[in-house]
Amino acid sequence: MRIWFNRQRALLDFALSSLRRRLGKTLGLLAVYTVIVAVLASVMLFSHALRREAALVLAGTPELLVQRLLAGRHDLIPGAYVDAIRGVRGVRAAEGRLWGYLFDPAAAANYTLMVPTDRKIAPGTVVVGSGVAAARAAAIGDTMSFRAYDGQLVPFKVQGVIDKDSALVAADLFLVSEADYRALFGLPPDRFTDIVVTVRNPREVRTVAEKIDAVLPDTRIILRDEILRTYESVFDWREGILLVLLAGAILAFAIFAWEKASGLSAEERREIGILKAVGWETADVIRLKTMEGMVVSAAAFLIGYLLAYLHVFHFGAALFEPVLKGWSTLYPEFHLTPFVDELQVATLFFFTVFPYTLATVVPIWRAAVVDPDQVMR
Amino acid sequence: MPKTVSTPMPARRPGRPRPADMVIGLFAVAVLALAVTFVDAARGVAAAGPALAERAKLVERLGLTDLVLFTEARYTRHPSQADRHAAFQDHPFAFEHFPSGALMTAPRPQGFR
Repeated sequence: MRIWFNRQRALLDFALSSLRRRLGKTLGLLAVYTVIVAVLASVMLFSHALRREAALVLAGTPELLVQRLLAGRHDLIPGAYVDAIRGVRGVRAAEGRLWGYLFDPAAAANYTLMVPTDRKIAPGTVVVGSGVAAARAAAIGDTMSFRAYDGQLVPFKVQGVIDKDSALVAADLFLVSEADYRALFGLPPDRFTDIVVTVRNPREVRTVAEKIDAVLPDTRIILRDEILRTYESVFDWREGILLVLLAGAILAFAIFAWEKASGLSAEERREIGILKAVGWETADVIRLKTMEGMVVSAAAFLIGYLLAYLHVFHFGAALFEPVLKGWSTLYPEFHLTPFVDELQVATLFFFTVFPYTLATVVPIWRAAVVDPDQVMR
Repeated sequence: MPKTVSTPMPARRPGRPRPADMVIGLFAVAVLALAVTFVDAARGVAAAGPALAERAKLVERLGLTDLVLFTEARYTRHPSQADRHAAFQDHPFAFEHFPSGALMTAPRPQGFR
């Protein structure tokens, strides 16, 4: 064991001296390689953490939602539909929801206006999300006014601000009373945005949904499972322009690395020839060059992954912020919970370290099996 | 490696560590740091438990359906509630014009029909 270890140490010494002879090239390659791994790992860590967080946080989202469709678009749902749904067997409760969007010209931001069912909000007052409070620099006691559908100004006194910790789900919320909501949009009293349905037996959700669909054919039914699936796919690893752009960079790097690893320079050929001439076995030469490749690729993986971890979980994924923000004025400030998938890290290790190492071995093997005299010439 | 071949390395000064030992040491530190990230992640998840539960409770209480990731358009703010032909819902031939629309997929075919 000790002999084997000393042998590997000697080989590593030799591999390092070989890398040091091409210091500029090696450091350049290591830097580009590290950046590629760091960006890939950042996307991977970010999307995984976001998906896990979405799955946990949205686990309590409504079991079943019923929207009315008119000419293929979402339309307000009549109050009579609530009664019709309550009459469906298996339905425990059905409540009309009131929510929508409010554009605030002062902040040039869209808010999600909602009438909460868990608390009573006095007319003329509002509870805002932390994003809204930040966008308007509003604090408890301040007044925010909005123009209603008929041009009348409707003032809202800020009664409360939702905790910053919940920004990922509530940053843009603007919670008002039902009377204010209807006054703002001129909504008749028997119209709702959609209906929330709870069923008696959670295993029968799909059956109940089918029954509602049969009773109210002009509706679209959204199940909790579908909401969760939407979030699984929103940041799917394979999708999104970020990865498309990255794919170009990865491809460019792959070509660069392949060219660098597989195209042997005259100097490297000569080195192999000399090693063979002084008595090195082909297997030793291959082992030496594999070690060189491993040193570069493993270092790139380790540094790249560590940088990505710090970037996503300790520096708030600052590099992705402009991409995620898009044109949104209101963007939640949130720190992702560090959910890390060990299997994903292992996959990243495999796909970043092994291809490069293998790419270095093939040309070395080709050069190493040739007669030393021929190689040196 | 044959024993008869001497390593063509520059002679090391006595007391100075071998480059291989230094690199092995650096790799050991990096692997340790990698292990620390897993420990840090596990601690972070445990510490975030109450806040996550609070968020989940808020979602349940208010009946929220979506994350506040993109507030620029209604189909990016509430992708799970968007019309079937989002993101091109404003006009059948309208091109997607919000940057975040390029980041997320249109809802997959869902529902019962």
